[in-house]
Amino acid sequence: MSTLAVVQESGVDPPYLYPDYRSTSLRAPSKPLLLLPHTLSELTGPVFGEDYVDELDHDLTRGHAGEPLGERIIVTGRVTDRDGRPVRSTLIEIWQANAAGRYVHEVDRHPAPLDPNFSGAGRCLTDDDGRYRFVTVKPGAYPWKNHPNAWRPAHIHLSLFGRAFTNRLVTQMYFPGDPLFAYDPIFQSVRDSRARERLVCAFDLETTVPEWALAYRFDVVLGGPSETPMET
Amino acid sequence: MAAQPTPSQTVGPFFSIGLLEPDRSHLVPPDDVDAIGIYGRILDGDGEPVPDAMVEIWQADADGRYVDGFGWGRSGCDAEGRYSFVTVKPGRVPDVGGGLQAPHLSVLVFARGLLKPVRTRMYFPDDDSNAEDRVLASLPEDERGRLIARPDLQFDIRLQGPEQTPFFGV
Repeated sequence: MSTLAVVQESGVDPPYLYPDYRSTSLRAPSKPLLLLPHTLSELTGPVFGEDYVDELDHDLTRGHAGEPLGERIIVTGRVTDRDGRPVRSTLIEIWQANAAGRYVHEVDRHPAPLDPNFSGAGRCLTDDDGRYRFVTVKPGAYPWKNHPNAWRPAHIHLSLFGRAFTNRLVTQMYFPGDPLFAYDPIFQSVRDSRARERLVCAFDLETTVPEWALAYRFDVVLGGPSETPMET
Repeated sequence: MAAQPTPSQTVGPFFSIGLLEPDRSHLVPPDDVDAIGIYGRILDGDGEPVPDAMVEIWQADADGRYVDGFGWGRSGCDAEGRYSFVTVKPGRVPDVGGGLQAPHLSVLVFARGLLKPVRTRMYFPDDDSNAEDRVLASLPEDERGRLIARPDLQFDIRLQGPEQTPFFGV
C-alpha cells in the first residue's frame, strides 16, 4: 500500500468506469487514485500568450472561401475559479462537428456531408474578466457505435487550462432541451443531475445579435486546488 | 458558497482537429545541446495500444524553475499508441515544507473512453535524488518503478490491470 491518501470521488466529475459507455471498460484505471501533495508542480501551469492565438481563431465561420452552412451562433461565457474569481488570459480550445453532424476527421464515417467552408476548430484567450467569445455554427447530432441506434446530442468540445496544471479541464457543452440527453451515456456519466445541468449552455437573448445570430452562454468553473503558488 | 466546478467529459475520438495542430511536442529544438527525447506507449487493460490518446506534460526548466513560456507540451499517439516529446531534463523543484523533489514531469493522458484524464508523474532513471523524493518514497517498490522511465527514457503508461501505472488525484 502507498502511504499517500486515497482520493475520494468528487461527485462532480464522472467515474472512470461507466459501463454504459463501453470504451471505458478497458481504459478506466482499476486502482484508486493517490493524493498528490500540492507542490509547485501541481500549483503552477502553462501561461499562454497572444502568440498562441490568431485574431480570427475565435471565429469558426471565417478563414474559408465562403461561409459554412448551418445556423450561425455566438457562444460566450466566463471562466472562473471556485471562489468566483475570473481566470484571465487562459487558453480555450474548441472543436466540433459541422451543422450536418460530421467532423473533419478520417475516423468519422457518418454519411453526412462535409462542408468545405467549415473545419470545426477554434481557440481564444479569456479577457481580464475571464470572458470568452466564439462565433461558429450549431453542430448537428451524430450517430456512434456504442449501442444500437446510439446518437450523441449536439455538443461543442472545450479544453481549458486555468492557472495550474491541476485546473486542467476538457469538457463538452450541450444545448438546452436536447431530447438525446436521456439516451447519451457520456452526458449521463455525470451522475449528479445538478452537475449535469452545468454542461448545458443557456440561450442568451441579450447577446443575440439581431438579424444575424443567436447567442448561447456557457460559464465554466475550474476545480482543483485554489491555493496561490508560493514564490520561488 | 464556493461555485461548483464544471464536470469533465471525454475528449472523444476527434480531438486531433482541435488540439494537435500546430504540433506542440517539441519544448526545445531537437538540435538543442541539452535536448532529450522522451517517448512511450499508452496501453489499455488488455495491453493493447491506445492510438487515440493524447499526452500532455508540464515541467520545470533545467534549473528547477517553473517559468512563463516553457514547460508545457502535448503529443498525440500513433497507431502503436506511441507518443514522444523533445525537451530538457528538469531540475529539482522544492517540495512542500522544505527539501527538493527529484526531477520529474507532470503527465496527463486524455483519450476516448477516459471520461476524465489520468494524471501521473514521470521520473528519470539513475537519478540519485529519486531516493529522496517524497512521492516516490510513498509508493511500494513495484509501483515506484512504474513511475521511472527506462534508461532510454521510454515511459509506458498502462491505464488498467495489475501492472497499472500509479495515477494521482489532487
